[in-house]
Parts: sequence; C-alpha cells; structure tokens
Amino acid sequence: MATGNELIPHLFRTEYSKITVVLARLFGFDHIEIAEDIASDTFLLAAETWGMKGVPDNPVAWLYTVAKNRAKDYLKHDAVFAGKVKLQLQQSATELQPIEIDLSEKNIVDSQLQMMFAICHPAISAEAQIGLSLRILCGFGIEEIADAFLSNKETINKRLFRAKEKLRSEKVKIAFPGKSEIDKRLETVLTTLYLLFNEGYYSISQNTALRKDLCLEAMRLAYLLTENADTNKPAVNALLALMCFHASRFEARTNINGDLILYDDQDAGLWDKELIIQGEYYLNLAAHGNVLSKYHLEAAIALQHTDKNDTPEKWERILQLYNNLLITEYSPIAALNRTYALAKADGKETAIIEAEKLKLDNSHLYYSLLGYLYTDVDNKKAIEHLNSALKLAKSDSDKKTIEKNLDKLLLMIGR
Amino acid sequence: MLVFRNAPVAQRDALTAEQLKNVSKPWQDWIGSIAAQDKLASIGGRLEFDGATVTGSIVTDGPYAEIKEILLGFIIVKTATKDEAIQLAKECPVLKDGGSVEVRGVVQMG
Repeated sequence: MATGNELIPHLFRTEYSKITVVLARLFGFDHIEIAEDIASDTFLLAAETWGMKGVPDNPVAWLYTVAKNRAKDYLKHDAVFAGKVKLQLQQSATELQPIEIDLSEKNIVDSQLQMMFAICHPAISAEAQIGLSLRILCGFGIEEIADAFLSNKETINKRLFRAKEKLRSEKVKIAFPGKSEIDKRLETVLTTLYLLFNEGYYSISQNTALRKDLCLEAMRLAYLLTENADTNKPAVNALLALMCFHASRFEARTNINGDLILYDDQDAGLWDKELIIQGEYYLNLAAHGNVLSKYHLEAAIALQHTDKNDTPEKWERILQLYNNLLITEYSPIAALNRTYALAKADGKETAIIEAEKLKLDNSHLYYSLLGYLYTDVDNKKAIEHLNSALKLAKSDSDKKTIEKNLDKLLLMIGR
Repeated sequence: MLVFRNAPVAQRDALTAEQLKNVSKPWQDWIGSIAAQDKLASIGGRLEFDGATVTGSIVTDGPYAEIKEILLGFIIVKTATKDEAIQLAKECPVLKDGGSVEVRGVVQMG
C-alpha cells in the first residue's frame, strides 16, 4: 500500500493538471492563477490530512471533492467574479443555481485538449510553450522544469509568468479552434509536442528518469489528440508513430553510467518490440489523406531504423526519404543524416562530394560526419575533421564520442 | 528558376517499376542535394506529357507536334549568385540524356 509520501507526488503529476485545466476553462485564461492556486491548495490539504488521518479509500475522489468545494467557496465569496463566470457559461448572472464543476473524464479530456491549443500559441516562444505545457498540462514542478531546461527556478518562474501575461494580452481563449483554423493551430501544437519529446530524448540533463518522463508526456498528449475526432489528423498519428519508434530504444540508449550509446552500438534485444508495433499501427493510421507531413517522412525513416540489418536497399530507401524530407522542410540535421545515408547507399566518395557542399562550419556533427566519411579514404583528413569536431563539441558525452573515434583512428594509423 | 528540356521521352507508364526507380533516383538525388544545401526554394513540378498550345485564338494538342525539345519541368532554387545556380544546373540528370537546363532569375514582385 502506497504511503502518503509516494502517493501524493504521483497523484500531483496526474491530477494537478486535470483540476487546473477544468477550473481554468471555467474561469477563463485571465484567472488561470486562481485555478492553479485552488489545485495547489487541494494538494497541500491532502499532504496535511493524509499524513495525519491516513490515505482515503478513493484518493482521487477526495481530491476532486476538495477542489470542487474550494472553487465553489471562491465563487461564493466573490459574487462579481461568479457573475462573470456565469455569463461565460451563458447562465443568467442572477440565477441562484450554484455553478457546477464538472470533473468527469470527458470534461477533463476536453479541457486538456483546449488548454493545449491555448498554450501552444504562436504568440509565445517555443520554450514558453513547452514550459507552460509541462506546468499546466503535465503537472511538473518548477524545479523539475528547471532541471529539464538546465536552468533555475527564478528563470522558469519568470518565463511562465511572462508567457501567461502575453497569452492574456492576446485574449487567448481556452477553446477548440474553429474548423477552418484547426489545421494551422495544430501545426503549432505538434511542433511543441515534437520539441517536448526532443527535450527528453536529446537532453543533456543527467536525470534519465526525468528525460523519459518528458518523452512519455509528449506521447500522452499526442495520444489525447488522436482520441478526439476533430484533432485526429494524419500528421498527429505520424508524430505519435515517430515518438513510439524513438521511445522503443530507451532502454538501449543509455548504459549504467548514464552515457549515451549510439545506434550502431545498441543491443537491439533491448528495443521495446511493443512500442515498435504501436508505432507501425499509428503509421498505418497516418497513411490517409493527401498531406505528406514531415512527421510522416521522419516516422518512415524511424521505421527503417527499427531493423538493424545493414543492407544497401534499406539505406537507399532512407536516402530517398531524407531527400523528400529536405524538399518538404530543410534542417541541418536532416542534411547531415541524408549525407550519411548517401554514403551507405552509394559509397563514401559520392557522399564526400556532397558533404563538402554543405559547409555547416559551426556544427561539431558536420565535422564528425566528415571524419567518418574520410576514414579509410584519407585518414589524415579524417583526423583533422575530428579535431575540428572536438573543438566545437559542447557536451561531455559528445566529446567522449568524438575522442573515442579519434583514438580508434590514431590507433589505425599506428600512432 | 531552372527549366529542363529534352526530346520527348517514352511515357513514364511504359516503364517497369525497376526502370522507374532507375530513372527517378538521379532526379531525386539531384533535387535532394540542392535541398540539403538549403538552396531549394520550390520543388516546382514535372510537367505532364499531354497538354495544349494556344496561339492567337487557336488551340492545338501539343506540345509535341514538330518540336524537338519539350519542357519537362522546373524547380526554383535560391542562390546568392547566378553562377551558383549554374553550378547546381550542371549536375542536372537531364544533361546526361542530351537535354538542357535553362537558368533564369525570378524577378521578385512587390
């Protein structure tokens, strides 16, 4: 039986968000702090009470009851505010009926989706969108968010405060966008979820558990989108597929010391086959409609990588997918990966010509790629490039990887 | 804008899947290469074989008639200089088939 000590943080993660978004939707974005305060107070009371009286039989119901009562109290004491809320609900402002707080599963899910659209708004920066999502949608503590961003509490608090101010001044509503707008707004939401997932997947933070949580949260929110008919678009399913494929390699990606293990060195036996199957399922669902999004292409590439067999046909397929991805949207990482696939499919000489054209002189990954390409072709050049990579690399784990390759090379040329 | 022309080639439908892959790979790789350098502005299009030619008020089936070279397609690249665009054009697969690439600057309107 879980003690109050373990149960409350766990419940905080799942229920804080649900209570906050339902109340926020009721009160409007202008008063989101009240919603957050009521949610926080509820958990404070839980910590006090459960510590003394023990955990209730139905902890979630307990939390919801307290939250509802607190909200009703607040409305009772502020008649003006209550009037405004009633107006929003299109009830008469003078009706004596108390405002009902609906914490049903349907309303919770709808509120979370609507909050997602409100938060993932182009008016605020991507960082702010992720920060707010983690706080309001995922129930992360400020310290946890600071840890994820390698920042501190003050910075995060400021960022979230300013973001809320901006959303208020833009009069952002916690509501579903209209049918004509929804695709455009969905683009922003998907970008945020993609970035959130990447934070977890590529984060330099040493906290492995936290990084995994970020990925799982991104997946949970994407999944919510697939469950709603208006937001269940092919691009969403493609993004979810992509996340499943990447997540399938979680266990194989880090060793006991927390060092990153690169794809080629991973033990494929540790890959989560269930997640791969889930990914294929969502990719199939995504194969509808006329729009081939970048998520479709990235998911298709990730699918190729679920098979570790190194055949030229596989790499030719990956090459063509990267060609299409770059035509859809350029990114330096895609350009580098495309060149790597080209080397595997058509040989290093061809790839070297292409790589020299890229001129991504500020990227340690660029020089790492050149180092790889020149290995066994011109080892002296390869060493030069790896040294350039080492100078540009920032994180310890990146430096370690480059040094490992450098050592291998130096050994090969007999130094 | 890079415009490619060549003598009319066999209809794509007549090719087998394998032949199709061999024809399309050089093109995909060439455009992919341009995209990888972040120099692709627009994928433009490959033009259908059938079409129409309008001269004055007369519409004829075309363009094939007596024309030795037809417009195959175009892409739009973004380069700092015309020379850079010409360098990209030199790699176009149509050249190996005896075709040509016309390099024209696009005037920015407004």
